[in-house]
Amino acid sequence: MAGSGPGKALPVRRRRRRHSQWRGLLYIAPAMALVIVFFVMPVLFTGWMSLHNWPLLGSPRWIGFNNYFRMANDGRFVSALRFTTYYTVIVTIAIFAVAFPLAIFVERHRRFVGAYRTIIFLPVVVGLASASLLWVWLANVDSGFIGPALKALGLVEKSPNLLATFDSAFFTIIVMVVWKIAGFTMIILLTGLQAIPSELTEAARIDGAGRWQRFRYLTLPLMRRTIALALIISVTGSILAFDQFYIMTSGGPQNRMISVVYYIFNQSFVSFNLGYGAALSIALLAILVIISVMQLRLLRVGEDRP
Amino acid sequence: MTLSKMNRSNMSLSSRRRARKAFRAESTYHATGVAIALFFLAPFAITLLASFRHGTEARLPPLPPWPANGISLDSYRSLDTFGAGVWQHTFNSLLVSLATVALTVAVSVLAGYGFSRYRFPLKNVLFVLIIATLMIPFQSILTPLFIILARLGLNNSLFGLTLVYVTLQLPFSVFMMRNAFDAVPKEIEEAARIDGARDLKLLFRVLMPLVLPGIATVAIFAFLNAWNEFLAALVLLSSNEKYTLPVLMMAVRAGRLGAVNWGAVQAGVAVMTLPCLVVFLLLQRYYMRGLMAGAVK
Repeated sequence: MAGSGPGKALPVRRRRRRHSQWRGLLYIAPAMALVIVFFVMPVLFTGWMSLHNWPLLGSPRWIGFNNYFRMANDGRFVSALRFTTYYTVIVTIAIFAVAFPLAIFVERHRRFVGAYRTIIFLPVVVGLASASLLWVWLANVDSGFIGPALKALGLVEKSPNLLATFDSAFFTIIVMVVWKIAGFTMIILLTGLQAIPSELTEAARIDGAGRWQRFRYLTLPLMRRTIALALIISVTGSILAFDQFYIMTSGGPQNRMISVVYYIFNQSFVSFNLGYGAALSIALLAILVIISVMQLRLLRVGEDRP
Repeated sequence: MTLSKMNRSNMSLSSRRRARKAFRAESTYHATGVAIALFFLAPFAITLLASFRHGTEARLPPLPPWPANGISLDSYRSLDTFGAGVWQHTFNSLLVSLATVALTVAVSVLAGYGFSRYRFPLKNVLFVLIIATLMIPFQSILTPLFIILARLGLNNSLFGLTLVYVTLQLPFSVFMMRNAFDAVPKEIEEAARIDGARDLKLLFRVLMPLVLPGIATVAIFAFLNAWNEFLAALVLLSSNEKYTLPVLMMAVRAGRLGAVNWGAVQAGVAVMTLPCLVVFLLLQRYYMRGLMAGAVK
């Protein structure tokens, strides 16, 4: 037992500190082991694989940067990139267009506002795969709900096949994702709205600022940081979209809905070009790191000019 | 009529008008609220109700959107004919999710305690390393994960999948638990130490109850993410009887002989979504805490 008489305090403390040094490492060892084996090693391994022709069976062959040259000339990869960008832009605009009014709606102190928040948030906690399955049924032409209900209401003559053309299938997926994600963005924006001191809005009101003016010149600038955060989460999430295209349209009419992750999945686990898939992964990883860096910058801008 | 009386009647008139205006604003507000709530609830309600229709109705659109001709479990029975049976796959999903919860809590409590209470070399570097994994999407490292798991003899294994899920949960969970331990006053620990509690005993007997809210948050996120995850399960599990529910549903979605059994799809969606909704509604407070911690950070 380490006695703690006042005279011996110093050496004992030093001994205990050295003792606790490796004890602290012991506590974090399981977490570090998992992160190293299932995260750091795979990332390094991805880089290594991307320099090889790596079939599923048989031995990998070193080919240098050929996978990257191939990527630059790969029309299907370019179109996957283009589609992912298009999807990210549209879905982010759609989510914000719905989530911002919702956040303002549930910010007021009214009765049942807690219930509204909870209900709007419900789709967030179910999986994207479940949500995609649910909506692929709702959108089905013969057995679903949306088309037949429109027909029953007399709005259309014939139940529309929503998933058959690119535009209507894309629109259906956007509606599904907004339904699934808007509650999440709403809560993030709500925290920003609630952080605005009510005295400020009150003062602006007394000074004669209209509702739109208060929103434009007070609420929006004060929420810059929150909006940036919600934007980043939405953008990075959308770039990694896979489930909805795989489940709802299997890549879409004429393979026009292949996102980047979907293309990597196809190259790696359908065609088994593991090396090329790894090179594509590195490209995706680079894109996301660039966005993360931009994210930090964007958040810092929010701090400089509150 | 005296002046004061006139004043009073005027006031009551204007206050009545104000009350009527407030009532109208209130009604508009709640009418909008109910409409919004309907949009977000309807897909769940329609699917759940439709899943209890007779098997013969499964192909028909759900109009009206409730089982008009009596309740039946046909859809659930036909779901059971896919893969190794719905019980097996629900069991797989539950096993993976609960194991993910248990391991995530264990590993992140230890790590959170270590990061909060001990000083050791490279402490900040290691903490940042764990948090930095958030920046890298796991979708981009699936191929090597597949190969590493194979080398470890954990390919096509629910345990291997669990380890991957635990790793994905770590940045958030370690961050949460470190903050939870930081919030516990050092005096409590000192007092317990004087009473003779040390190390793991101190951690489990004295500190665990104090960080229980943090543990609840970590657990609920681990459960939902493991239960809902699709892509990693699709890639890392290769034999039929190992599939988790979302992967099983791909077989249902693909259908047989070109015909999709929509009743089975509805039943499957119900089985996959209900646990999430129940867990969320019961533990909403802890879920929101975690969300706020992530948002404020």
